[in-house]
Amino acid sequence: MIRIEGVSHRYGEREVLKDIDLSLVEDRVGVIGANGSGKSTLARLLNGLVVPSTGRVLVDGLDTARDGAGVRRKVAFVFSDPDAQIIMPTVAEDVAFSLRRLGLDKAEVAGRVSDVLVRFGLGGHADHPAHLLSSGQKQLLALASVLVTEPAVLVCDEPTTLLDLRNSRQVADLIAGLAQRVVLITHDLDLLHGWARVLVIDEGQVVADGPAEQSIAHYRSLMATGRPC
Amino acid sequence: MLTSTYQPGTSLLHRCGAGVKLLGLLVFSTLLVGFRSPVVVLVGFVLVVALYAVAGFGVRAVGGQAWPLRWFVLFLVPFQWWTGGWRMVVVVVGTLVVAVVGAAFVTLTTRVSDLLDVITRVLEPARKIGVDPDRAALLLALTIRAVPVIAATLHEARDARRARGLERSTRALVTPVVVRTIRHADRVGDALAARGIDD
Repeated sequence: MIRIEGVSHRYGEREVLKDIDLSLVEDRVGVIGANGSGKSTLARLLNGLVVPSTGRVLVDGLDTARDGAGVRRKVAFVFSDPDAQIIMPTVAEDVAFSLRRLGLDKAEVAGRVSDVLVRFGLGGHADHPAHLLSSGQKQLLALASVLVTEPAVLVCDEPTTLLDLRNSRQVADLIAGLAQRVVLITHDLDLLHGWARVLVIDEGQVVADGPAEQSIAHYRSLMATGRPC
Repeated sequence: MLTSTYQPGTSLLHRCGAGVKLLGLLVFSTLLVGFRSPVVVLVGFVLVVALYAVAGFGVRAVGGQAWPLRWFVLFLVPFQWWTGGWRMVVVVVGTLVVAVVGAAFVTLTTRVSDLLDVITRVLEPARKIGVDPDRAALLLALTIRAVPVIAATLHEARDARRARGLERSTRALVTPVVVRTIRHADRVGDALAARGIDD
C-alpha cells in the first residue's frame, strides 16, 4: 500500500502540492490534470525521486525520505522520453544493466533479459543498437528495463506522450496486462477507461477521486469551464 | 572507438574475452607508438586488416572506422610532410589511423557490458584510494550513450536552423544543442535515480 500523509511540496517559493492525504491500494490508479498541476511531482514522490517538503510518503511501510533505495527496489518509474532512460548501447545490455547490482550470475541475467525481451516483443532486437529503435520500441525497452527487476509497483509519467497512436496503444495494452500495481500519469484519457480509481489534480490539490468515468467527467468540466461539474 | 557499435558474431575473436582484447589493444598501441617505424605501422595495418577478416568484417568495415578521421588526416598529412617528410607522415598519421581502427575492432567484437565488467575489475584495487569502480564504469557507459544522442540533437538543431533561414548563425546551432544536452543530462540523472542505479 502507498500512503501519502499530509504531503506538501515546494520548488523554491512555488508550492506545487498542498496538503495531500491519500491511500493507494488499487491495482490501477490514474492521475490526470493540466500541465503544471503537480501530477508529475506527485508521481515522483512515489519512488523517492522527490522527497516532500512536509509530510511523508510510505510504500509498504518504507518511508521514501529515509529508505529511498528500498523504495526504489519496490517502485519502478518510467518517463515520457525513453531516450533519457536508455543507458547502454544495445537493447539486451540496457535491460541487463538494471540487474548489475543484484549480484546475479551471468546465466540468470541472460535468462531474465531474454524472457523480458520476448515478453515485450523485443526478442529479435537483443543485439540491436538501442538508439536505432522506433519510439514505441524504445518505450517498450524502457518498460522492460525497469520491469526486469520485478518491482511491486510501476509508476508511469506520461509514457505515451511521444508515441503515435499504434505505439501508444501497444504500450497501453502492455501496461494494462501487467501483474504489477500501476500508477499512470497521463493526458490520454482513453487509457483510463474502466480504471477503478482516477485522481484529478488541480493547482496542487486532489479535486476529484473516484472511478475513471466520474473523474474524467469532472476533469473535462474543469478544463472547459474552470469549474467542476 | 566509442562510436563503434557491437556487431554480433560467433568468430573466435567475438568469443575471446574482453580483458584479453583490451590488453592486446594496449600492447598493440604501445608498440605502434614506441617503435615509430613505417615498417611497424605497415605490419600493424596488415594485422588489423587480418583481424577484421577473421572476425567476418570486410575491407569496407576497416574504411568505415577510418572515415571519421578524414579531416584530421587531411590536416595532418601536409603538416607532417612539411615538418618531417614522408616518413613522418607514415609514422604519425599511420599510427593514428591504425590505432583507431584497431580500437574500433575491439568495440565491434565486444559488448560494452563486457568492457565495463573488465574496467570495474581493473579499477577494484583503486577503491582503497576512493575510486568507485561501478561509478567509473557507469560514467563510461553514459559517455558512450551520449554520442548518438548528441549527434541526433545536432542534426535536429541544424535542420531547425535551416528551417528558420539562419544557416550561417552559429548561435542558432550552438544554443539549442547546449540547452537540449543539459536538459537531456538532467533527465538521464532522474532516470538513473529512478532505476536505483546510484543507490
